[in-house]
Amino acid sequence: MSGYAADVAALARKDLLLELRSRDTLPAMLLFVVSALTVFHFALPEDSSARAETGLLWIAIVFTALLGLTRAFAPEREDGLLDGLVLAPCDRSAIWAGKTIGVMAFLVLAELVALPAFALFFHSLSWELVAAIALADVGIAAIGTLLAAIAAASRARELLLPLLFLPLAIPVVIGGVGASVAANPGSFLGFLGLYDAVFAILSWASFEYVITE
Amino acid sequence: MIRARKLSKRFGDKRVLEGLELDVPKGGFVLVTGPNGSGKTTLLRLCAGLAAPTAGELEIDAPRGAIGFLAHEPLVYRELTALENLDLYGRLYRIPERRERCGAMLERFGLWRSRDERAGTFSRGMLQRLAICRAFLHDPDLLLLDEPFDGLDTEGAKMLYGKLAEHGCTALVATHDPKSLAIQATARVALA
Repeated sequence: MSGYAADVAALARKDLLLELRSRDTLPAMLLFVVSALTVFHFALPEDSSARAETGLLWIAIVFTALLGLTRAFAPEREDGLLDGLVLAPCDRSAIWAGKTIGVMAFLVLAELVALPAFALFFHSLSWELVAAIALADVGIAAIGTLLAAIAAASRARELLLPLLFLPLAIPVVIGGVGASVAANPGSFLGFLGLYDAVFAILSWASFEYVITE
Repeated sequence: MIRARKLSKRFGDKRVLEGLELDVPKGGFVLVTGPNGSGKTTLLRLCAGLAAPTAGELEIDAPRGAIGFLAHEPLVYRELTALENLDLYGRLYRIPERRERCGAMLERFGLWRSRDERAGTFSRGMLQRLAICRAFLHDPDLLLLDEPFDGLDTEGAKMLYGKLAEHGCTALVATHDPKSLAIQATARVALA
């Protein structure tokens, strides 16, 4: 494994181990997504369209991701640990990459519960929906981790993160809902892939400037 | 190894450092003293590259990976064990024979028996010992130590004295108790 990949793997492994032991984030994400889908199930009329139902699933996913992102840098923020990581001679973007993998892992685990719940409450899952969610996870985790790092440095972090993240999540919802219900899902999936590429590169390249003064 | 000219740092309207001149030659052991709020910690953070000066010049003749930084916070993950914490830093610093090195540091600072205990269960003194292990783990060329004896008992302090004497690298040490390191000190900087 190359040095960079080994650094990313070590940092991602650390985040997964921290969550496994503290169980601070994932249970909250699971509870939230299942609760949200349950509320939507009872709130929607029985003859609601597949588009409306799918839209609500995407809203649940975006807010579940936001919940995970608010905790993404909690250990580093609480104990000033980002200083320790920043001082290490590894490429600082490895910190972002490791954290992004952790965020994505938690999101995927939440979706492994959310998608069966959605199928149970609403309608069956299509391959287009699953593909769109997989693509969206990459973009959400990539840009969300960068924004979580920006917010972590601020005193108003709980306020700042949603303000930064939600506008940038709008294209994900548009692409995701489009891919799930449109006749030509390919173009929407392509749009999500492009979103992933653009924001992953931007986040990777700018992370160093975000975490240094 | 460290050269500062007219170094200033402000946080908003608050002046923390103003026009500081500092020369720390290679192998120098410089004590930084001063009352609370005089900028000792800020100076160390500037030297570590964790903060940027507001004005002036600061040259550090050591790459990022050759700096050992001991802060107020131990900079260890409380949910990881002592060994896992050092192993993580060992990986990021690409230390050869990492496992052996981590074990040797824990042994040296009396933490080997607690190696599999989570850092969050450690006392203040044990956390400081673990932080010292972390700071020395990669054999740094430049040590930046902020109140290194905080929380240490007599035995822990002896261990640190021994390590500092043996390591013999360039060091900038912020302390309220300059007498304790007077033998090793080559110079002293008093911040107002």
